[in-house]
Amino acid sequence: MADAAITVDGARKAYGGKPALDGLGLTAARGTVHAVLGPNGAGKTTLVRILATLLRPDAGRIEVAGHDVLTEARAVRLRIGLLGQHAALDEELGGRQNLEMFGRLHHLGARHARVRADELLERFSLADTGSKPVRAYSGGMRRRLDLAASLIRDPQVLFLDEPTTGLDPRGRAEVWASVRSLLGGGTTVLLTTQYLEEADQLADRISVVDAGRVIADGTADELKAATGGDRIDVVLRDAGQLGAAVALLPVAKAEISVDPDRRLLSAPVADRMAALFGVVRALEDAGIEAEDVAVRRPTLDEVFLRLTGPAEPAGDTKEAAV
Amino acid sequence: MSTHVLTDCWTMTRRELAHWARRPVQVLVGLVFPVMLLLMFGYLVGGGRGIEGDYVDYLVPGMLALTMAFGLESTMLNVTQDLNKGVVDRFRSLPMANGAVLVGRSAADMLQSALGLLVLVAVAAALGWRAHGSPAAFLGALGLLLLFRFAMLWIGIHLALVAGKPELVQTVQILVWPVGFLSNAFALPDSMPGWLGTVVEWNPMSRTATAVRDLLGGPGGEPGHVWAAVLWPLGLLAVFFPLAVRRFARLSR
Repeated sequence: MADAAITVDGARKAYGGKPALDGLGLTAARGTVHAVLGPNGAGKTTLVRILATLLRPDAGRIEVAGHDVLTEARAVRLRIGLLGQHAALDEELGGRQNLEMFGRLHHLGARHARVRADELLERFSLADTGSKPVRAYSGGMRRRLDLAASLIRDPQVLFLDEPTTGLDPRGRAEVWASVRSLLGGGTTVLLTTQYLEEADQLADRISVVDAGRVIADGTADELKAATGGDRIDVVLRDAGQLGAAVALLPVAKAEISVDPDRRLLSAPVADRMAALFGVVRALEDAGIEAEDVAVRRPTLDEVFLRLTGPAEPAGDTKEAAV
Repeated sequence: MSTHVLTDCWTMTRRELAHWARRPVQVLVGLVFPVMLLLMFGYLVGGGRGIEGDYVDYLVPGMLALTMAFGLESTMLNVTQDLNKGVVDRFRSLPMANGAVLVGRSAADMLQSALGLLVLVAVAAALGWRAHGSPAAFLGALGLLLLFRFAMLWIGIHLALVAGKPELVQTVQILVWPVGFLSNAFALPDSMPGWLGTVVEWNPMSRTATAVRDLLGGPGGEPGHVWAAVLWPLGLLAVFFPLAVRRFARLSR
């Protein structure tokens, strides 16, 4: 793709024979937010470290902003910003000192580095605390300073490795707002996360990774559609009638999930409106009282569980063990 | 590009100096600590069995060498802290000269050690100790001490890169004591049991202390052995400098 800011093709990386990346591939278009969604140990951080030239891949073609991470590491470094999982800051120095130092190391020159530091402190509402040592910063402040440090040279590509892990809801909202404020400037953002909500909120495209490979790729809507489409949820007044209600639905019994505690049954449907009217009428004709009937898209959680699959499918374990 | 290497090294050195400004008390304690040891061993513990002349004349060069040896542990601590804070990740993702991280560390540690030497010499002089050689010999002695410190510096960087964990720094912090004391800093190897005396003679720190004693005209000097205090640190550097640089480059493995 000519307009790709990030191209990863067949990336492999093993630690002591244990694969962390197992032929992972993805493409992020320029100016988009691309989320890499996966559980702990899926290889997300390994991927980011390879993209940011901190780690050498064992195999694969990996390009960032049009430059190869192995042979043109310096060209890549000129064009990227990195927000790692742990604050990559000098804890003893003040916020301004940190930004000035990183600016100098970006070779902005002493005066420009100072001006840029002030700009960024202002932009991330850290101007008042610029001289306090980072050690004394709150988690949210530290994250904002870390992000500011990643933006010193207006990177073409920004990597955010689980940017909100460990933050309280307010800190999370702050980071999300900061990420949104970057968009429109042409910056490409690659974001890793374990939170489906975060991917849903921020990303244009999502790559779902598990065990070092991409198991699904698409927009949030595409992923939801590809893994089961719309569902209808019915909550009954009387849990005793759940069996009768299941028989009424025009869906194979195996596809319907029943939750007696919540008096809930949930089934995939093809045509949203037809299903809604059909079910309401059938329940009324059978004299079954419903508390709630709703048609909805699957949540990303459902998508994710469906893609990664349960660790051991309950029905098959016995046979498999024999 | 090449101009950037120098500015990067300077930026990284400035970073360390800024750390000093942030923790003046710690820096001061670091400078006073060897002075304390000097006073303790010179006046409280006493010693110097079989040493001809004033014990302080014997002790001061030993303390200077010991201070350089103990520098290993502060280098290791600083490098380990950086590695575990993730700030090195940011440095490595910047378009800067990668080696500047280590050069900044070296420059700051050498500067601190040079200051430490001057403080110790000044205190010793206040106590009545005098260097007996020529000014050139005095400068030569300081040079040998700093050369030894430079070797310790790269061992410290290498150990930090290999160990990488703060817990292991603690182990090294404890181990530098017996290694530092298994030298001729405080006592003549002749006054020790045979095998121990041999170990002590072979300690590179002893070579440096002996050469400094020789150059400063104190008891315990062995004329003609200055070369050993040049070769030992150079040998250590020949081993640990490439190892440390390779380890640093291998952070990307």
